[in-house]
Amino acid sequence: MAPVLAFWLVLCLSGTWAVDRGNFKTCDQSAFCKRQRALKPGESPYRALLETMELTNTRLTLQLINDNNKVRLLLELYRLQGNITRVKINELKPLKPRYEVPDVLIREPPTEPLSLLSQDDNGVVLSLGAESQRVIVSARPFRLDIMEGRDVLMSLNSRGLLAFEHLRMRKDTQADPEAEKKEEGDPENQAETGKEEEEKVEDGMWEETFKSHSDSKPHGPSAISLDFSLPGVEHVYGIPEHADTLRLKTTDNGDPYRLYNLDVFQYELYNPMALYGAVPVMLAHNAKRTTGIFWLNAAETWVDISSNTAGKTVFGKMLDYVQGSSETPQTDVRWISESGIIDVFIMLGPTPKDVFSQYASLTGTQAFPPLAALAYHQCRWNYNDQEDVQSVDAGFDEHDIPYDFIWLDIEHTDGKRYFTWDPHKFATPKEMLQGIMDKKRKMVAIVDPHIKVDSNYKIHNEIRSRGFYIKNKDGGDYEGWCWPGSAGYPDFTRPDMRAWWASMFAYDQYEGSMENLYTWNDMNEPSVFNGPEVTMHKDATHGAWEHRDVHNLYGLYVQMATADGQIQRSGGVERPFVLTRAFFAGSQRYGAVWTGDNAAEWDHLKISIPMCLSLGLVGISFCGADVGGFFKSPSTELLVRWYQTGAYQPFFRAHAHLDTPRREPWLFGPENTALIRDAVRQRYTLLPYWYQQFYLAYHTGQPVMRPLWVEYPQDPATFALDDEFLIGRDLLVHPVTEEGARGVTAYLPGKDEVWFDVNTFQKHNGAQNLYIPVTMSSIPVFQRGGSIIPRKLRVRRSSSCMEHDPYTLYVALNPQRTAEGEIYIDDGHTFNYEKQEFIHRRLMFANNVLSSVNLNPEARFTTRSWIERVVILGASKPSKVTLKTAGESKFSRQTADRKKPFLNLVVLVRRLL
Amino acid sequence: KMYCPYLLLLLSLGVSAVEVQRPRGVPLSKRQFYEEGKPFTCLDGSRTIPFDRVNDDYCDCQDGSDEPGTAACPNGSFHCTNAGFRPAFIPSSRINDGICDCCDTTDEYNSGAACQNTCRELGRKERESLQKMAEIAKEGFMLKQQLIQEAKRGLEEKKGKLAEVQTSKKDLEDKVEALRSVKEAAEQPEKEAKERHLKAWEGNFKCEDISPSTVCFNVSVAELLLHSELDQDSDGTFTETEAQGLLGGVDKVDTVAFEAVWSNIKDKYISEAKADTTAPVETPQEETRESVSDTDSEQYPEDDIPEDEEEEDEDDEDEDPDDGEYKVTSLSFSIRLVLDGPGKDDEDEGTMPPYDQETQNLIDSKYMYKTENIEKEISFDFGPSAEFGYLYNQCYELTTSEYIYRLCPFSRVSQKPKYGGSETSLGTWGKWAGPDDNVYSVMKYEHGTGCWQGPNRSTTVKLTCGKETVVTSTSEPSRCEYLMEFTTPAVCQEPPSLDSMHPDHEEL
Repeated sequence: MAPVLAFWLVLCLSGTWAVDRGNFKTCDQSAFCKRQRALKPGESPYRALLETMELTNTRLTLQLINDNNKVRLLLELYRLQGNITRVKINELKPLKPRYEVPDVLIREPPTEPLSLLSQDDNGVVLSLGAESQRVIVSARPFRLDIMEGRDVLMSLNSRGLLAFEHLRMRKDTQADPEAEKKEEGDPENQAETGKEEEEKVEDGMWEETFKSHSDSKPHGPSAISLDFSLPGVEHVYGIPEHADTLRLKTTDNGDPYRLYNLDVFQYELYNPMALYGAVPVMLAHNAKRTTGIFWLNAAETWVDISSNTAGKTVFGKMLDYVQGSSETPQTDVRWISESGIIDVFIMLGPTPKDVFSQYASLTGTQAFPPLAALAYHQCRWNYNDQEDVQSVDAGFDEHDIPYDFIWLDIEHTDGKRYFTWDPHKFATPKEMLQGIMDKKRKMVAIVDPHIKVDSNYKIHNEIRSRGFYIKNKDGGDYEGWCWPGSAGYPDFTRPDMRAWWASMFAYDQYEGSMENLYTWNDMNEPSVFNGPEVTMHKDATHGAWEHRDVHNLYGLYVQMATADGQIQRSGGVERPFVLTRAFFAGSQRYGAVWTGDNAAEWDHLKISIPMCLSLGLVGISFCGADVGGFFKSPSTELLVRWYQTGAYQPFFRAHAHLDTPRREPWLFGPENTALIRDAVRQRYTLLPYWYQQFYLAYHTGQPVMRPLWVEYPQDPATFALDDEFLIGRDLLVHPVTEEGARGVTAYLPGKDEVWFDVNTFQKHNGAQNLYIPVTMSSIPVFQRGGSIIPRKLRVRRSSSCMEHDPYTLYVALNPQRTAEGEIYIDDGHTFNYEKQEFIHRRLMFANNVLSSVNLNPEARFTTRSWIERVVILGASKPSKVTLKTAGESKFSRQTADRKKPFLNLVVLVRRLL
Repeated sequence: KMYCPYLLLLLSLGVSAVEVQRPRGVPLSKRQFYEEGKPFTCLDGSRTIPFDRVNDDYCDCQDGSDEPGTAACPNGSFHCTNAGFRPAFIPSSRINDGICDCCDTTDEYNSGAACQNTCRELGRKERESLQKMAEIAKEGFMLKQQLIQEAKRGLEEKKGKLAEVQTSKKDLEDKVEALRSVKEAAEQPEKEAKERHLKAWEGNFKCEDISPSTVCFNVSVAELLLHSELDQDSDGTFTETEAQGLLGGVDKVDTVAFEAVWSNIKDKYISEAKADTTAPVETPQEETRESVSDTDSEQYPEDDIPEDEEEEDEDDEDEDPDDGEYKVTSLSFSIRLVLDGPGKDDEDEGTMPPYDQETQNLIDSKYMYKTENIEKEISFDFGPSAEFGYLYNQCYELTTSEYIYRLCPFSRVSQKPKYGGSETSLGTWGKWAGPDDNVYSVMKYEHGTGCWQGPNRSTTVKLTCGKETVVTSTSEPSRCEYLMEFTTPAVCQEPPSLDSMHPDHEEL
């Protein structure tokens, strides 16, 4: 093997396995964050000019004035359909337009009427329509309170941290760039500013350096900030991506949570540092209500969280309660962004599901993936050549382990020129793809957005000649260093660039591609090895906008264009599958994400749960972590446990770093091969359920992988759980994530619920902590009593091979001896479901009768599948079983295993569906 | 909607198509368990079911035996007759999955997959390749027999040599012991002079300062006196003065000084052994001149094997036991080694002669080398009949587009960039690492150059039967874990006669 890429070495030689924190900014090192965070609460200079208020049927506008500098802002307030309030604040007359994030909202959100309830000198009260909700606009200082009845749901600028750095002319005319850094009260400047209070010129307003990188900031300071108070709230979630607990922590004693898409080498766990993706959405929850804040801004953003109960012990809280002296618990959050405008959507719930629907109504739902994408993916940096691919493929058959996708990382290309193949190692890609297709399997090849600067490379030449590259501050094509060496970065914010990019996926453009070749977008933060914080210079330009304005949006656009390309190549027939590392609000519409370059450590296995749960809460359901861990080599025990965990997470892909030893599932002895095989097979048996959950996510925006509190919002015991989770609402998973574990303690929620161990069928009561002894083969999973889950028990070598196989229904009875579930079936890969070509039935068990109804009478689809077996958990042996179907009536059989407390009722039906 | 009757129709057709009546997927050997019309008992004995539930596409038996011809049981297996080729079992999950697994197409009877019966073609190809392999195996096996014979001879020779060397070592030890007594006796009268001299030398050199293995010696007048042949005036008496004269007027000289002396006396010098005297002697300087090649062999002890054809011919002669001078040369040989051993660069340092124990040790270690080398070679596991012995001390190269790979069996594997650059060790000999039933099919080379953040490089060498001994391919399946394929006659098995090659033809 050739020596490791020189630059990689330079990057990596820091040596230890922890992130090099020095490569990334703290709030103090980010000038705007430092400036904004220095503001003290309670001194808001903003006043609402009530006389400027205009109220139409759909919106209220109002001017705000900063009494310190007399700069006016324009506030817009909308009532949106579905219990959402939108607040926009921009400069009334900015020097030049400020960036408003496009392409994230799926449409201009439909509004509902606002009405004026009362008005006086101090403020205005507006009705928000539903449920006696009102918004109170206070004038001095400006403040918004959203009320329901007598309860304040949320207050804006209640701490007076609204800040809006208006665009301004540079005063020193750049004669002496050092001058402005020296002091804050230059007398000459003071003289010029006239009647307005002196604008402080602070460090980093017009230029900022970090390490060796300089940010020229030609437009000067432009940060924005706003605080939100959440009375009664002690739990807030969301704002991924961070390697942290599900429940967000207060940030008083450290840095705020940072949202700035970065390629972080060997990231550290349990801290608020930025990672690859950013979704500026936070959920707030208490036993009575769930609300959400969507801060639509794509610039670098920091989020501070503080709480008046943080640090108080349970005893302290009790004391407060008993003495009646307590203030209500309250969480205060504060958002700070470097540029753009304040555009915030306040989602008022009241239930978690309502918030999911509200957010989905704004940014769309999870793309409905091809069924195969929910199966198992085998990846490695790198499968070396076609022979290697073939032998790995054969290895799965030899060891009877199913898989659907094999992945090729960057080494498959001709010198890191994406859309090409290494002429020696992958000389005949179509032959290879055909071989995979013959097994009804698929492949993913990586296509990164950095484009090798090479005049013999078609993609580069076209992008350059069309002027599609991002420009540097001097107007030339921006060049950075990445895998291929010197690379350009296409400006994916341009629709014409995206259209061109999409066209590159056409079969006649992407040579060697076939319909079973899908795509992986990595490094799309974008990663620039020699850039500030390993990303792009903020003063690079995307047409009229600076990179600083659009940074967090770049990765979304890359995936969008790639997914479009995949749709177009099939004439709009086939669903795309694109994996991305960088993401933003709305990325759920384009495919899957993974948690980036994790490590083969137990803590990384553990953190995969809260990381994916947090993503699910903000719409991105198709999430997974590299099974086995990317960096380093896992112990066999860790690898097995990771397969067991990954088998129950939405995106299930094993991946490994180039420098690690091979770890295909059969390389660790027959015993471990069997354990991994079993975990993967469990995934395959449950594919019908996963598919149905993704259909639901696509339809409603409900997360597939859910924290327990989403289903048990009134049970505080669930609020901080992040070592277990639900898939849909019916499967509870508490994977083993401790080394050498002999048992796990799972919390089974629901006072009136029962849960069935899916392996032993043993019944357990809800609302208890259950200790479950475990062995290496254990994956503690429980099915909720009252649910019906379809499985396919005939596991074959790929999901496509199982298409026509029959279902087994697992009917788990609740204490009322009823159960309910759904089954969804379509062709598994086209958009024909949009044309009602699917089967979607509700399954019900009540009064000892299992029946089904069509949930969509218009839908037409025929399947060769049937229900071969019904397993009823929690029933006693019946004396007789009969079967009725509308048309055909086949025979039924019944068997009961007396050793187990359940009835295995067998129904053999050729065509029930 | 017509699925079920269609399936049944196919089922009956399928069954009738097979010559011997039995349910689909059942091997001939298990036919008796599936008797039409009689209740079927699962092969694990767990249950008995009506015969119409066999292959009814629903799994009744825990062991999957009731559904040999459908995919209903998760643990079932399906038997394809594959007439014209080899029969096979496939997991029942591969029945009707749209992928042709059985060359006779019988696994895809209801999937719509357009399978072609390829059994005859496969059978023909297999026979051809088996024939080819058999030919190779046959020739390879003959070569292997030769290798085994050669190895046997070589081993005997080596063992003989080892014994000889050990014997001669013993002789020498006796002799050294004798020499030591004489020397000590001879030295006694000189002791004072020595000490004086030592003081004079101490200002410049100290033998003790030099590493213990460094050879220090002086030649004294007393020692020279024992060589009467050096008598300057040939008057029959070799006087102290004369001897002193030879040494340049001093009592004692060091190595460097002695070189000059030696050129004067070498013509006359008679080796003690040859002279058949027990006179004590110090090393004849001449021998140091020959030592270069031997110094090399110290660094590469493996090369110091008598069998090694090119380089060591001289040594072979030297050590020829039939040569009357064998013992002499052996002694000089060993002492020569003492002289130019690790301290050859220090020859010019005047030192005391710590002859006794240190010299003895060095003699021992030299013999250790010789015996160790042979013992080491003998100790290698060259296979059940030492058929891999011929690979010892050989190297085989393969040049790829980027690198030259070099395999030296039982020694090391390395990689060198084709266009310049330094060599990287991909491992040194570790062990035989084949599966238990065929340990000698895989070699493992370990502890090569370390990888950044990775393991030390290592190489697995897979051996296959071939007429030639050649590296056929190299790859790096996992970073820094190399795989090499290597053909050699030494792994060729006795080819079975072609008749017995198709034991499965019963079903043809």
